[in-house]
Amino acid sequence: MAQSLERQKAKPHIAEEWVGKVYTLLCIAFLITTIVSIVYFVASKGLSTFFVNHVSLTNLVTGLKWSPDGQPPVFGALPFIFGSFSTSILAAVIAAPLSFCAAVFMIEIAPKFGRRYLQPVIELLAGIPSVVYGFVGLSVIVPFFRDVFPGQGVGIAAGALVLSVMILPTITTIATDALAALPKGLKEGSYALGSTRWQTIYRIVLPTTLPALMTGIVLGIARAFGEALAVQMVIGNAPHIPHSLFESASTLTSAITLSMGNTAMGSVANNALWSLALILMFMTFVFVFIVRWLEGRKKL
Amino acid sequence: MNSLIEINDLDLFYGDFHALKHVNLEIPEKAITAFIGPSGCGKSTLLRTFNRMNDMIAGTRIEGKVEIAGTDIYSKEVDVETLRKRVGMVFQQPNPFPKSIYDNVAYGPRLHGISDRKKLDEIVETSLRSAALWNEVKDHLKRSAYSISGGQQQRLCIARALAVEPDILLMDEATSALDPISTLKIEELAQELKDRYTIVMVTHNMHQAARVSQQTVFFLNGEVVEYSETEQLFSNPTDQRTEDYISGRFG
Ligand SMILES: Nc1ncnc2c1ncn2[C@@H]1O[C@H](COP(=O)(O)OP(=O)(O)OP(=O)(O)O)[C@@H](O)[C@H]1O
Ligand SMILES: [Mg+2]
Repeated sequence: MAQSLERQKAKPHIAEEWVGKVYTLLCIAFLITTIVSIVYFVASKGLSTFFVNHVSLTNLVTGLKWSPDGQPPVFGALPFIFGSFSTSILAAVIAAPLSFCAAVFMIEIAPKFGRRYLQPVIELLAGIPSVVYGFVGLSVIVPFFRDVFPGQGVGIAAGALVLSVMILPTITTIATDALAALPKGLKEGSYALGSTRWQTIYRIVLPTTLPALMTGIVLGIARAFGEALAVQMVIGNAPHIPHSLFESASTLTSAITLSMGNTAMGSVANNALWSLALILMFMTFVFVFIVRWLEGRKKL
Repeated sequence: MNSLIEINDLDLFYGDFHALKHVNLEIPEKAITAFIGPSGCGKSTLLRTFNRMNDMIAGTRIEGKVEIAGTDIYSKEVDVETLRKRVGMVFQQPNPFPKSIYDNVAYGPRLHGISDRKKLDEIVETSLRSAALWNEVKDHLKRSAYSISGGQQQRLCIARALAVEPDILLMDEATSALDPISTLKIEELAQELKDRYTIVMVTHNMHQAARVSQQTVFFLNGEVVEYSETEQLFSNPTDQRTEDYISGRFG
């Protein structure tokens, strides 16, 4: 009797469990298939530059000249790689201190005001479409640089500046969360030993949250690295390594968006663009990997 | 006994909430004073007025006087950091910094400007010895403070507090997160330290208060109901409410 009761009760649960399991499995299978196919597609296209068109990888990565229409065509992507790295790292260099200060202000100095007004404003920055950033950059930053520095105003400096504003919310949000998650006891312990607020921030808060702050920076760099439109609008798009920060340059993303409409699917020029995409994707994986590694180093 | 801390007509408000009511109390020098009373009666609040940790809670207001060695610690001339250097605190949850054992103990001295390696080594060793932890950790001072047990961490926090050479040590339920053996160790430690420091400890454990303290203060609803020598208070309380509490009739 008792046993049969248990059976009856157990049955619907088994069904629920089963449905849940199958449903989540289907979702995960769909996700994995999508990711694998994208990676496969980009990789097969990008790699065919080397295997079908016999462009050498070293030439692509270290070559200084990019002229797909030349006779013979040359594919040196170093200017783009250089442009991508320099703009995104410079953007992080500009944005990181600002973000930390904003986060420290919001959590440590004026929590009420910061949490209520500042954080929504900063999060709002994340919602502004990149074309708007690019447009503002083109109408404000570029003319300003043109007036103040020699050159056309476009270039790595303008790109980095626009990007720095775009990644500000990413880094600030992560830094804010990290600071907020710091156990109260740590700070109290420091104060109770007679430390001032700044001593506590320098000696306890920053070192303890450093891995999380670094995560924020890397994610910021990753976002900047992949941003195409806004950068393309202000960087000038000349396919060479510039001599100054205020000289026209290109990034991997801007090179792809600019030329993808002008190449025929399957041509060398098209495949070479896929190779650039492959480099972008590879770098994204590297960034994710670094973030993972940093997460593992968290002290708390 | 000389009293080191004197509290005169102290009132404390958290916003509208009247948390301490007309507290008058004297805390003897180089002895252990225990604060007992039911949860929420204001023991921690009073303890935290001694090193002005309540300053950091927005909306706290204070009336009356807290004097340490004759100085009103809430007067404008008093520097909070200097005060906190003289009045160390150990918290309910062990809260070592995510640094090495050595750096935890050296944290306070470094804050106050000591950077000489030899001097720091010396301070770290004496403090750890005073906290009865030296023998257990002397071979791995460079290890993370998180790698030792909770009881060891709490003694590390005591060592950390002692390293800045305070006169007073405040312990807010410092043993409540610990097992009986660690608790006993810290009680013994407090006994040893009382010859050199004035100790104020909050405890929920009346046996602990009876075991280790020389003076006991009984709180109820933000008021000090009664305080006297520990033996006296437990054997012969003058207030009915104290008697009810210590005999376990409420609280
Ligand atoms: N930051 C605060 N803001 C407002 N009220 C507070 C705050 N901290 C404590 N209180 C209130 O003040 C009263 C005394 O709190 P306190 O922490 O001093 O009690 P306690 O005697 O230490 O209790 P316990 O034994 O539970 O630790 C409580 O009623 C509590 O709710
Ligand atoms: Mg308490």
